[in-house]
Order: sequence, then structure tokens, then C-alpha cells
Amino acid sequence: MNSRNAIGPADGTGRFGRFGGQFVPETLMPCLRELEAEYLRAQNDPEFQAALAELLADYSGRPTPLYRARRLEKDFGGRARIYLKREDLNHTGAHKINNCLGQGLLAARMGKKRIVAETGAGQHGVASATVAALLGLECTVYMGEVDMERQEPNVRRMLLLGARVVPVSTGCRTLKDATSEAIRDWVANVEGTHYIIGSTVGPHPYPTMVRDFQAVIGQEAHRQIMAAEGRLPDAVVACVGGGSNAIGIFSSFLDDEVALYGVEAGGSDAGHSAALCLGEPGVLHGSFSYLLQDDDGQVLPAHSIAAGLDYPGVGPQHSHLKDTGRVTYTSVTDEQALRAFADLARLEGIIPALESSHALAYARDLAGTSDEGTVIVINLSGRGDKDTAEAGEAAK
Amino acid sequence: MTRLSSLTQRLRREGRKPLVPYLTAGYPDIETFAGVMGAAADAGCPLVEIGIPFSDPVADGPVIQAASQRVLEQGMTLRKTLDLAARASREHNLTVVLMGYLNPLLKMGLAAFADACGEAEVAGVIVPDLPLEESAGLRDLLLARDIDLVDLVAPTTDRKRLTEHAAAAGGFLYLVATTGVTGSTPGTNDHLEDYVARVRRDNPLPLYVGFGIADPSHAARVAACADGAIVGSALIRTIDAAEPGPAAVKAAAGFLTKMNAAMNSGKD
Repeated sequence: MNSRNAIGPADGTGRFGRFGGQFVPETLMPCLRELEAEYLRAQNDPEFQAALAELLADYSGRPTPLYRARRLEKDFGGRARIYLKREDLNHTGAHKINNCLGQGLLAARMGKKRIVAETGAGQHGVASATVAALLGLECTVYMGEVDMERQEPNVRRMLLLGARVVPVSTGCRTLKDATSEAIRDWVANVEGTHYIIGSTVGPHPYPTMVRDFQAVIGQEAHRQIMAAEGRLPDAVVACVGGGSNAIGIFSSFLDDEVALYGVEAGGSDAGHSAALCLGEPGVLHGSFSYLLQDDDGQVLPAHSIAAGLDYPGVGPQHSHLKDTGRVTYTSVTDEQALRAFADLARLEGIIPALESSHALAYARDLAGTSDEGTVIVINLSGRGDKDTAEAGEAAK
Repeated sequence: MTRLSSLTQRLRREGRKPLVPYLTAGYPDIETFAGVMGAAADAGCPLVEIGIPFSDPVADGPVIQAASQRVLEQGMTLRKTLDLAARASREHNLTVVLMGYLNPLLKMGLAAFADACGEAEVAGVIVPDLPLEESAGLRDLLLARDIDLVDLVAPTTDRKRLTEHAAAAGGFLYLVATTGVTGSTPGTNDHLEDYVARVRRDNPLPLYVGFGIADPSHAARVAACADGAIVGSALIRTIDAAEPGPAAVKAAAGFLTKMNAAMNSGKD
């Protein structure tokens, strides 16, 4: 046995290859069991599925459009046909609501009266606060102080929605530290509280459950591109922080001959958040996955201009897809992302989230070197209203 | 029987209720840390728990988080923690249990870690983010070197899981007193006695209670129903209240002596 992998149960529960697992304090284990069982029941319960489908349609506005960005195509060199999956048009402005509606219904089903959530960019916090308001649940959101400052509009939205926003002042005061604080709250209040993790990270069953709730993105995109082009795309591009929007859109194309690209935050001289490109496998926040860490196994600070990508870990299924080679993981810099942000606003009248701008920036490179008629789908995971101050500051 | 089990069983036979001090490796500095280890031995503590610092300790409250952060900034590592463990064991004849999160152990390699623990005369290892289901590999590696992987159980652990822990665990069973992180509001578990009795029914191991044990009255209450008590955040707060160096060592010695007396009054 390879000593580094001498962890994990023999039956491979909650594993993606060697990644995933349940590395949490004992206090939470019974709760994870309960959550897994309830989730499996909900999946097979037509009533739950109907309730979720109704909310996704009537409350969030799904299906979101697949939009052909013709002016962007021209700017990208004119050879590729570029489609944007408009997750930014969801209620609350990002794909995060897909997961929150699912987990919120699940929390209510389990009789939980309170939800906790972590947030980086604030999009998951806003989506959690929204769903809590909708379902009459109490909501506490942990957010790093640095992020509260740079994503200030979202803090105001959460407060307006009735959530309590708790500033996190430990560590780097960003998403990683907010996640640790949310876990501590959950450990202390596990009986009546459900933790809505915002990405495909954390202990099993979260990476699977969040992926399933986000899979609607890929299911729609698959259908929509077939309708528009009469064939599958050549490539699908999505940004990867924890990786929920990416796994959501990838999941419908994994078995097809479609090139899949996950774009991490390459950051700047100040650092990066490219766990898959530059990290090594390790355990953070409950799962075994690629991780930015030093020689002593201490987690390294991440950096990205996009608060939602500013995280040193990544979802375990992405780690597996990297190792199998099914998905190509790459990164773009803060600067490239900022340029893509401005380009989409100027050319298409769409202000993308800085997170999504990473996917746009890589798609430019991809389109520039592709053959005539190549079809590329970009997951535009969220809108960028929250980023106008940050982008303006960076442009100075 | 492992070294740790021999000790904990012997203490139980003799009716002694060990107070187990927890201190983050090298806190607040190497010298004071070594002094506190000596003070623990002098106060009659047979066992100590040494914390391996980690950047993201999700089971710990603010006091141990801050201690962990501080020693990391001072250059503490897993290797150096093992050196300090070896010193505590050799210089003060203390039985050392290490407590640390999984990632630094994985980074060293679990087999290399187990070897290093053997060389440092570590008797037990506690990994708060390695639940029973994930623990077989490390447990076997440690047991092959006469070291126990000490299991934690919580108030949320049901009877079935308790039975599974009983079958796997060694040394002692660490009872997390409250659902929460270390240094939680003390005395919040009104049902401590019932909880201990419930665990005892399914588990022959000595039961040591930790999380939120802050003063002699808590320690006495634990001693009345369980086999040992673990004190971490309150010890660190005591150290923090004094100047690092001899004053902190003296404060820690006084605190540990009082706690120990509360647990073993009327006994030598």
C-alpha cells in the first residue's frame, strides 16, 4: 500500500477515484449519514423533484438561455462560434441558486430550522439568504473580512434578505477561513442546523449532491446546443474555484467527444488559486483533493482578484478528472480576466462576474487557435454587478 | 496490550484519574513549552497531549487556533513537534499523545509519520478530522509500532457507532464533552453523567473527557464519572495571562496542580 494513500474506507464510499471521502470531526459523522440518506430518498421522491423543478422554473427563471455571442466571436478572430450559457440570468445572478434551492428544500425536509453558509464572492451567500427567506429558515453566512470589503454590494443584499453576516477575521480573511468558521458553527449547532456548502467541495455527500443540483446547467446546455447547431460542441469552458459551475456543465458532456476545459485563477505576482494546476493532493474541509500546501502540509494562502475563486482547494471530482485526463485544467491571470470582463461588457452588453471572466479569457485563446466552425460553449456562471468597484479599482 | 493501554488500565485499577494537559507544540515559545511539560510531570500528570499545529484547525476554538497560528509563524513543524514530544518523554518521563489534523501527516507520508512517532516514543495519536470510517490505514501503521490511534466520540455518536469505536479503538476513548469546538462555553453539557454512562455501557476502554473543561469544578465533575480529563484552552489562557518564561511555567504549574487535586482529592 502506498503510505500516502493509506486512508479511506475499503468500500470507496464517496470517492472519485482516490479523491473525496469524509474527513470531519466525529460530531458531524452521524449528521453526514443522515444527510446522505435523506438526499437519496429525495432523489427518488417525485414530489421533491417536482417542487425543485417548479422553483427552478418559476422562481429562478430556468431554463437559462444559451446565447450566441456574435460580436465576441468576431473579436476572438472570427473562426469559432461562441455560445454563452447564461447562468448570470438566474434569480440572484449566478448558478449558486440551483444548489441552494435543492439544499434548502432538503434542509426543510429534514426539519432543520436554520442554515449556515460560507461565501467568497457573496453569490452563494446571497443565494443561501434568498432561499432561507423563501423557506422561512434562519440564515447565518460567514464571510471573510477581505471579501466583505471587495464584494460589498452582496453583503448589503444578504442583510436585506434577513441573513446574519458574520465577518471572519482569521487567516487570510477570505473564503477558506469563512468555510472553516461555517464548519465550526455547524459542529456546534448540528442538531438543528443544515450547512449549505456552496461548491462541490467538503465531505461526502456534498461533492456529489452539489454536482447533481448543478447538473441542470449541463442538461440544458446539451439540449440547447443540439437545437442550435444540430451537433455537440467541440469544447466547453468553465471557471474552477471549488468547481460547482464547471462540474454542473461538464456532467452532461463527460461521455461525449467534447473537449472540456476548467480554468483556474492564475492570479498575479501576489499569488494564485490554481490548486489543480499547481497543488498537491491533501485534505482540507473534509475531502482529499488537490490543495495548495507547503512542505509541512500547511495550507497556503490563495490569491485571486475573483473572490469566488480565491480558495486553496478544489472539488474532489475535478481532481479525479484531472488525473484521468478527461478534463484539461489550465489557468489565466487576474489581468487576463479583467480584460475579458471589460471586453464582454463592451462587445455584448453583458457584465460578467470576475469568476466567469476567467472562462471567457481562456476561451479567447482557444478560439484564436481553433479551426473554422469550431463550436465553443462558455459557462457564464454569474453576473458582474458585484465586481464593478473591484474592476474599476484594478483598472487604475 | 499497547504501552498506552497498559498505562491507562493501570491508572484505572489504581483509582487514579489523570488530568491530561494539552499544549500546542512550542507554545508560547520552545523554552516555556518545555517548562510546562516539566510542570505537568511535577503536578502528577502521567500523560500529556501535544498539539501539532495546523493552518486550518476546524475542530478548535479561537484559543487553540491562535496558539496554532502563532507557533506556525515561529517556524513550528511536524518534525519539530516530534522532537518536542521525544524530549517530553525522555526528560520528564511523560507518556505523550500527539493531536493533529490529517494533512501534515499525509504530507509526511503516513508510514513515515508512524515511524517518526515510534522513534519519538509517542504512545498515542489523535486525529480529529479522521473519523472511524477513514482510519484503518493509519491505525494499522501505528499499531505495528505499539502506538494507539485514539478515537474521539461525541454526544451525537449513536450506539451502533459506539460499538464500532469500541471494537477499533485503543488506549483510551476521547469523549468530546459538547457538540462544538475546543474551548467551548464550559459546563454546557448538563447531561455529562448520562453521556459518560451511555458510552461506558458499550465500551470497556478508559473514558477521558475533553472540550470545555476549564476549572477545578469541571475537572472534579469529570473525575466523578469518567476516567480522566483533558484540558487545553484553559491551560493556554493561563499561560497567556502570564509573561512567557518562568512566570508562565509557574502559572501553568499552579493551574495543573489545582486541577489535578480537584480530580484526585483524598488520594496520593
